[in-house]
Amino acid sequence: MTEAGIAEHAAHNGHAGDSESPRGLAARLVASMREQVQVRIPRADLDERDPDYIRESLPRLWLLASLWFRGEVRGLGNIPEEGAVLLVGNHSGGNLTPDTTVFQLAFSAYFGVERAFYQLAHNLVLSMPGLGFLRKYGTVAASPQNAEQALSTGAALLVYPGGDYEVHRPSWERHKVDFGGRKGFIRLALEQDVPIVPVVAIGGQETALFLSRGEGLSRLLGLDRMFRLKVLPISIALPWGLNVGDMLGHVPLPSKIIVEALPPIHLRDEFGPEPDVREVYDHLMRTMQETLDALAAERRLPVIG
Amino acid sequence: MRVGASIEVAAPPQAVWDFVSDPSRALHYMAGITRWQVVSEEPRGLGARYRTLLRVGAAEVGGLVEVVEYSEPRDMAWNSVTGIDQRGRWRLRERPGGRTKVEFRLSYGVAGAGIFGAISERIAAPIVRGHLERTVRQLKRQVEHEAQRRRAAERRRARVG
Repeated sequence: MTEAGIAEHAAHNGHAGDSESPRGLAARLVASMREQVQVRIPRADLDERDPDYIRESLPRLWLLASLWFRGEVRGLGNIPEEGAVLLVGNHSGGNLTPDTTVFQLAFSAYFGVERAFYQLAHNLVLSMPGLGFLRKYGTVAASPQNAEQALSTGAALLVYPGGDYEVHRPSWERHKVDFGGRKGFIRLALEQDVPIVPVVAIGGQETALFLSRGEGLSRLLGLDRMFRLKVLPISIALPWGLNVGDMLGHVPLPSKIIVEALPPIHLRDEFGPEPDVREVYDHLMRTMQETLDALAAERRLPVIG
Repeated sequence: MRVGASIEVAAPPQAVWDFVSDPSRALHYMAGITRWQVVSEEPRGLGARYRTLLRVGAAEVGGLVEVVEYSEPRDMAWNSVTGIDQRGRWRLRERPGGRTKVEFRLSYGVAGAGIFGAISERIAAPIVRGHLERTVRQLKRQVEHEAQRRRAAERRRARVG
């Protein structure tokens, strides 16, 4: 192709040097940023979990969970003593989720750090600078492969199906379990034939004043396509005041966190050999919502508990 | 960090020993303990293993412990195998008048936890000490109540006889 031909071809496709259209430039920028994020996401490696590190950090977690969040965890005896189990929790507190901290401590202290315990987290969380230590706790990027791999080794796996959608819900919806209709975890439990233990937490959504998920803003900026981010949350949080995105985190208010593990659900025992995923989902949502309502009824004041 | 509690019980050492060496009674008098489960073939004696949990702040902490000293009716000590580092001891000493001085000691910590480990041990100390003090008080009440019942039963048998 001649020089003139190349220039004409590039112009036709919107990729000509200085004369590149804004749309083409944006597309290249998106692709570049996606690439940057993708290379930062650590590969699924369950071996990254480090029991010694977890054990040595238990006092730190204990201080945070006991003094700041006045954490209380109930029903750990409902979790099967051994074998693979899928722990399904509701999620609160923006990008800093105190319910996870409190539950990580409680689980590790109760069953011992020797019991393999993994948590699925959003890709972006694991690719953020300074959060690499989460992998030592057994946090792996949320993907079906990682989940299957963890359960097939007989580990306990904690998932938050609501993810970024639930964690940034407005504070006035704090007593609502909202998975946004995500049911993949039920198919996972069926495929791996493991029981589901619902884990209900309260208090996390009172660690800041969450105003909006900012779904429209996220779509407008193309964050969904770039980072699988369906939200760009807006909140009022310490020390920023108005906090858009919560990318740098915030100082959480010392809200009392209560977490309750419910009796395990053996899907095929309770719903027949070929359970209907929607029926299981509805049952689980009802059970978790009833528990959250009961925990909310115990609560006298926001933050104080 | 080492904490302890002691009390004098109006019963001979053997009566107290029957309580502290019996794992099935642990949950009846040990305050804050949510689990004291036998996981070895022998429920008591040297080498017996228990899975223990003690509620402290936001967590139930403990782990697998093994009895490393068993000297009836004077001393029983255990060390942790898994979980947080701990060493516990029941120390019984005879006092005049058929009484017993009972000491309950617990050392705990997490090796390698650094400054946060030291801080958390100190902050947890009043909570753990409170559990130990309630434990020895409850033990005293139960042992003395049991001794009283035994004496009453003996008196009844003597009257009938």
